[in-house]
Amino acid sequence: MIEVNNVTKHYGPTVAVRELSFKIKPGIVTGFLGPNGAGKSTTMRLILGLDAPDSGTTLVNGKPYVEHSAPLCEVGALLEARSVHTGRSARNHLLALAQTHGVGRARVDEMIDLVGLHDVASGRVGGFSLGMGQRLGIAQALLCDPNTVMLDEPVNGLDPEGIQWVRNLLKGLAAEGRTVFVSSHLMSEMALTAEHLVVIGKGELIADMSVADFVASASSNVVRVRSPRLPELIDALKAPTVTVKSIEPSLAEIGGLTAEQIGDAAAAHSIAVHELTPVQASLEEAFMELTQGAVQFHASTTQETEVTPA
Amino acid sequence: MSTTTVAPSTGVKSAGVQSPGIRFSGVLRSEWTKLRSVRSTIWSLGVAVFFLIGLGIVGCLVVESRYPNVRHDFHPLSQSLAGVNLAQFAVGVLGVLTITAEYSTGMIRSSMCAVPKRLPVLWAKALVFGAVTFAITLPAIVIVFLIGQSILSGHDLQVSLSTPGVVRSLFGAALFLTVMGLFGLGLGTIIRTTAGGISALVAIVFVIPPILQAILTTSLSNDINPYLPLSAGGSIWTINPDSNTLSPWAGFAVFCGYAAVSLAIGAVVLRKRDV
Repeated sequence: MIEVNNVTKHYGPTVAVRELSFKIKPGIVTGFLGPNGAGKSTTMRLILGLDAPDSGTTLVNGKPYVEHSAPLCEVGALLEARSVHTGRSARNHLLALAQTHGVGRARVDEMIDLVGLHDVASGRVGGFSLGMGQRLGIAQALLCDPNTVMLDEPVNGLDPEGIQWVRNLLKGLAAEGRTVFVSSHLMSEMALTAEHLVVIGKGELIADMSVADFVASASSNVVRVRSPRLPELIDALKAPTVTVKSIEPSLAEIGGLTAEQIGDAAAAHSIAVHELTPVQASLEEAFMELTQGAVQFHASTTQETEVTPA
Repeated sequence: MSTTTVAPSTGVKSAGVQSPGIRFSGVLRSEWTKLRSVRSTIWSLGVAVFFLIGLGIVGCLVVESRYPNVRHDFHPLSQSLAGVNLAQFAVGVLGVLTITAEYSTGMIRSSMCAVPKRLPVLWAKALVFGAVTFAITLPAIVIVFLIGQSILSGHDLQVSLSTPGVVRSLFGAALFLTVMGLFGLGLGTIIRTTAGGISALVAIVFVIPPILQAILTTSLSNDINPYLPLSAGGSIWTINPDSNTLSPWAGFAVFCGYAAVSLAIGAVVLRKRDV
């Protein structure tokens, strides 16, 4: 359980996070989304007590992170960027952290095996690829078997096999009843792993809802219509709530109507329809729409035609 | 590479992990692991030992070969401890690096997440680094003393361990180097960058004192001089200090004061600043 209560943080004149509040529940994967510079990493640093907020509080399992007697057993974190001495081996790095909590070598080796770094654990971390660094960071996060896991961009730099592994790991951790809070700028990635979303932009909360609600809330659910007599069909459909984006002379995306309504209208006017496909907004599109404000259609390669009410 | 295929079996849960919470003994063990597992430790302490033994031997050989042309302020003990003057650089730099390398690599974030109260990390660093430095420099100092005196015995110039002040000076040299390293650690904690920390150490210890001497009146300069780092710290490991210095332990106490103040300021800023 992570609670962020009305937190504000400035760095000099720049506001990184403004009056941000949300709660992250256990048992599910919660995605933390926002464009670059939105304040995701700052929020995570505030939760871990690395940075002090100007106002507001952050609680982990009911207490500020700093006040836990064994903080690594409460929250395991993969931080942004490398947080490892490059001259040290992965095994010694993890051992030094484990020792602060009285956790021994056996557990360090167990986590090294879990993330698949066994063969390189004795070599200097400076020689690691980005993906290996991410695996080490994940081992570090899980080192003390924490009930809350907070990962900043965990799939960054991983190969497809590694990405698949992280997805399963996150779901598994949630299934074990842990709180799993994962930041990402890859919406498609979150669609596959997260059940709940916290979206921020410019340091402020934009959305805090389930992935399903988030997609549904995006108003760009449209129907792809292909017809040899498309202009006639569009004329037949004209209404104040209907939007039309033409893609090809015989292909358009029509919003504001269901596929059934369009099909019925086509039948009533005896217009042949060659394609009628409901297109749900992807998480990516829903996210873009939310963070870019009023921009309803943002494809730059297609021509847009708004049908004005008759 | 391990692949977790079924969601509920992450393999993360382990019966073996039962943390008793953060204990200072654990933080000490952690800092020992950190210190012994990077090359800069071995390099810096190796260089310190090399200077201590190498320069001490060279110093004694030079006196031996030139005898009876020796400097008027020649002392057989100081001659064999000539290397301390260079070893103090290596140890001071290692003191700075012990903390600044954590900032430059980002390791400090991991360290402060593990010990969010932060200060135990600094105290553990100071204790471990101090103990290791003392444990390595003391034998080197005793060895070069014994070698040096046996070289000087050719002209019967040697002193022995039973000569008054010798044992205190040998221990004192190791203590001086240790505290120099701790001063570096304190400055590194305040400044957080390797270059800045080393510059500050060099400036305070080696650059500012001669400048003060140059700009102050002679009497004022004489008043201040005993309290400057090198004269204060030097009094503990020299056997015939010139008249204008503090007594060995008083001088050492003043030198410890430099390190203590730098560590105290370091502690305050470590607690207050964002990592």
